[in-house]
Amino acid sequence: MALLEVENLQTHFRAADGINRAVDGLNFHVNARETVAIVGESGCGKSVTAMSILRLIPEPPGKIAGAIRFDGRDLLTLSDREMRAIRGNEISMIFQEPMTSLNPVLTVGKQIGETLRLHQGMSSNQAEARAVEMLKLVGIPEPERRVREYPHQLSGGMRQRVMIAIALACNPKLLIADEPTTALDVTIQAQILDLMRDLKNTVGAAIVIITHDLGVVAEVAERVIVMYAGRKVEEAAVEKLFRNPRHPYTQGLLGSMPKLGSSLSGEETRLQEIPGLVPSLKRKIDGCVFASRCSYATDLCRTISPALEEKAEGHIAACHYAIKEAVAA
Amino acid sequence: MFAYVIRRILATIPVMAIVALFVFSLLYIAPGDPAAVIAGDQATPDDVERIRASLGLDRPYLVRFGAWVFDIIRGDLGVSIFTNLPVSLMIKQRIEPTLSLMLVTLILAISIAVPMGVVAAWKVGTWIDRAVMGFAVLGFSVPVFVVGYLLAYVFALQLDWLPVQGYTSISQGFGPWIENLILPAIALGSVYIALIARITRATMLEVLQQDYIRTARAKGAGQRSILFLHALKNAAVPIVTVIGIGIALLIGGAVVTESVFAIPGLGRLTVDAILRRDYPVIQGVILLFSFVYVLVNLGIDLLYTLFDPRIRY
Repeated sequence: MALLEVENLQTHFRAADGINRAVDGLNFHVNARETVAIVGESGCGKSVTAMSILRLIPEPPGKIAGAIRFDGRDLLTLSDREMRAIRGNEISMIFQEPMTSLNPVLTVGKQIGETLRLHQGMSSNQAEARAVEMLKLVGIPEPERRVREYPHQLSGGMRQRVMIAIALACNPKLLIADEPTTALDVTIQAQILDLMRDLKNTVGAAIVIITHDLGVVAEVAERVIVMYAGRKVEEAAVEKLFRNPRHPYTQGLLGSMPKLGSSLSGEETRLQEIPGLVPSLKRKIDGCVFASRCSYATDLCRTISPALEEKAEGHIAACHYAIKEAVAA
Repeated sequence: MFAYVIRRILATIPVMAIVALFVFSLLYIAPGDPAAVIAGDQATPDDVERIRASLGLDRPYLVRFGAWVFDIIRGDLGVSIFTNLPVSLMIKQRIEPTLSLMLVTLILAISIAVPMGVVAAWKVGTWIDRAVMGFAVLGFSVPVFVVGYLLAYVFALQLDWLPVQGYTSISQGFGPWIENLILPAIALGSVYIALIARITRATMLEVLQQDYIRTARAKGAGQRSILFLHALKNAAVPIVTVIGIGIALLIGGAVVTESVFAIPGLGRLTVDAILRRDYPVIQGVILLFSFVYVLVNLGIDLLYTLFDPRIRY
């Protein structure tokens, strides 16, 4: 059984002019100790998916439906109290903005210690001692001094390390990282990714990493889910997806990624773009969600929504025209 | 930090000097001749002239201002024209009821208004929020004396729960002391509660949108911890600022409240002094109130560092 099974997840927001279907019928699973990336452009529903798993979506205006089974329990049926016991303990989360995600008026030690006191019943002294250990673990020098400092005394990279320390303090089974490196310098990004990978093995957590950066995906993920307009359009192991993307949207994403040194070797340096915009999520879309931007789209695409099909072994895509290889039965 | 405190204390000197100049000039700006008032209806012009000379009212403006400031620095606020008692003594006799009233009002207002504002922000848009905001508008718009008479009528005259008026010194026990102060404190505090509740709600609404609140939720923190630890500490600076500025409301309101509830405090002293054109008393009381106000706000500036570690002096 998978650690996390998301079934027909629908996270909708009621707005003044209709219902915004931010996530519309999403299915995926994450195995224990696995790293899964969810990619897609802004507004595709990837962050909402992450927030839905922890039920951090304000309801109303939001509404989460479907099933999110974690360790066999459907999180959507738990009481608020039961949900709080899971947050920060069994499932924890790292956010995009290390500059603003830490509380500016509490010391680093207090913020790391909070989860320990909440979930493991530690005393303040025990929690602080453990906070120092956690800071050491995430590679912050002079942890005894830093533990008494406030977030504004730390750099962006250090703050994200502190966020990781908070997230991993209770040895969670699942870590959700929502764009954990987007706001950081490139050199720091690599450090943070390395740290996450190392600690994942130490702690034994599964990771769901949400990103729009395919470089990050290639670096850390084992399996990739591509989302578009609130739906999954493709899913495959990372090598398969990069080598042989089936969905035109994934192909577009990969084509829009700059290649290092391409101008030196005299290649065409112009990046491919995906024309057009993400369709409004407020209107019900009959055909393929990507049809309006797809250069291969036909009348079939515009009228009938393509089902997610296994196009090759372990490679799923939702496209009428994606080449289907013989799948071993 | 220490250097900052010294600098801030020194900076209060020019403020107090300007206040002193205004207070002193009152005598010249205000209509009516104190010498004539003291002399009474039957006095001859010679009597008035004699009294004027004995009060030193015939000397030039700047000379008198200089002498007055010099006396104040030595702690001498002058002598009441009406009672012939030193102003500092009169203030000393009247200060306890006023300080008691202000202190009780302050504690009552903060302990009611802050939770009210926090809950309103948490339950924004619900009937609880609307009730708090409605109460705040009411608190702002109903004058202190109306609230005062209403409270006295209901809780003292009709229900007979609390004394109608008067004051008992704390030296005669906490019970009688607080009994006499509850109604005046509620009357005086209603505006103050409205003000603090509104600013608390507004600031909390902003803070609750911040990313670190989402982080706290993701950590599994409970609602109370999110509101009162994570959010309120971040909202504290604007709230304590308004509490400090609102001290002026308390001072003004104390004058009215003391009249309504017959509390023999500085407010009553001020009203009586104004009616008698007892200028040394008026000046002394205004100077004292200004000094308290400046001091409280200095204290609040220093309090900022307690709530927000990013503020360093």
